[in-house]
Amino acid sequence: MSKNDLFQPQQFRTPLSRARGMGSAHHGVSHFITERVSGLALAPLSLWGVFAGLKLIGADQHTAIAWLGQPLNAVLLALLLVAALTHLQNAVQVVIEDYIHRFTTKSFLVIGNLFVCVAAGAVGIFSILKVAALTVTGAH
Amino acid sequence: MVELALPKNSQIKSGKHWPAPAGAKKVKTFKIYRYDPETGGNPRWDTYDVDVDACGPMVLDALLYIKNSIDPTLAFRRSCREGVCGSCAMNIGGRNTLACTHGWEEVPGKAVQISPLPHMPVVKDLIPDLTLFYAQYASIEPWLHTDTPEPQTEWKQSPKDREKLDGLYECILCACCSTSCPSYWWNGDKYLGPAALLHAYRWLIDSRDEATGDRLDALEDPFKLYRCHTIMNCAQVCPKGLNPAKAIAEIKKMMVERVV
Repeated sequence: MSKNDLFQPQQFRTPLSRARGMGSAHHGVSHFITERVSGLALAPLSLWGVFAGLKLIGADQHTAIAWLGQPLNAVLLALLLVAALTHLQNAVQVVIEDYIHRFTTKSFLVIGNLFVCVAAGAVGIFSILKVAALTVTGAH
Repeated sequence: MVELALPKNSQIKSGKHWPAPAGAKKVKTFKIYRYDPETGGNPRWDTYDVDVDACGPMVLDALLYIKNSIDPTLAFRRSCREGVCGSCAMNIGGRNTLACTHGWEEVPGKAVQISPLPHMPVVKDLIPDLTLFYAQYASIEPWLHTDTPEPQTEWKQSPKDREKLDGLYECILCACCSTSCPSYWWNGDKYLGPAALLHAYRWLIDSRDEATGDRLDALEDPFKLYRCHTIMNCAQVCPKGLNPAKAIAEIKKMMVERVV
C-alpha cells in the first residue's frame, strides 16, 4: 500500500463491505437460459442456413425470390435471424460486462448493443416478409 | 477497462544477480519477482544461482535456502510445508501452485521463474494481499444455517449425503484457482471467484443446511456467479486436484432447476 492509498475512501471500508458490494441483483438465470436455448435452436437452424446458402450459390434473382417465397423457407429464415440476434445480443452483452468497467460507458454499450440487434431483426424480418409477399401476390 | 499491459510503476525491471558459490556442482537458476514498497521504485527480477545439492527437492526448499543462505531480504509466506495450509501459493514457471508440493525439477525451462499470485496487490516480494479474497469467502457465510432448534446431539447426515461434500471440503483456500481466472482478474471486485463459489456450493448441497434458497438468492447475480465462463484454469491449477469449475456449473444448474 502506498502512502496515497491511505487517503482513498475505499481504504476506510471494511473488506466484507467491499466483498458484499451492493448485494445480489437477483437476476442472471434468465440470461443464462436464453443464451443456452438460443444456442440450442441455432444448432439445427444454422445448419439449415448453411445448406440453403450453398444451394443458392450461382442462382439468379428470380430463383432466389422464388426460394424465399416458399413459406417454410421464409419462416425458417426468420427464425434463424431471431435466434442468431438473440444469441448475439446476449453474448456481446457478456463481453461488454467483462471488459468495460465504467458505468456510463458500459450502459451506453449495453443499450447500443440491444438497439443494433433489435433494429437488425426488424429490418431483416421486414425484408423477408416483403420478398415473401412479393412472390405470393406475384407482383415482381 | 481491461488491462492489457502492466501500468508503468508495475513494469518489472531486471535486478540483482547472485552467482553460485565456487565449487557448486549442480546449479539451478531461480528468477524471482522482488518488490519492496518501502524503498519504492519498480519491481524487479532477481536471479539466484542456487547450489541445489545443498537444498531439498521442492521449490519451497530452494526459497528457504535462498532466504537462509543467500539473501535474507526475500519475503514469502510459508507454514506447513506439506500442502495443507495453502500459505505458499505462488506462480511458479507460469503456473499457480504451492511451492511446498512442487519440485523445482518439474519446472520446464532453464530458470525457475517465481512471481506472486497474478493480478493481486503485492504487499512485498512474493506476498500478495488476499484481504478481498478472504472477505469474499466470508461473504458466502461458510457455516451451517438452521432455523430448526438445535438437536440434543449432532445434526444427522446420511453417509450418502456426506459423500456429496467430497471434492469440496478439501479446499485449503490457497487462492491458486481464483488468481488464475481471467474473469477474476478483470472483475475480481464483483465476481466471487472459483474458491468462494466452490465453498458456496459446499454449503448449498449440505443436507443439514436449511438456507439453500437464501444462499441461491445471494448468488443469483450477473457478476457474483455468472462471470464464470468455464475457462477451467481453476480446475487445471488446483494443487489439491479439486474442480471448482464443476462446482460452479452445479450452482448454475441449481439456479435453472429453481425456475424450470
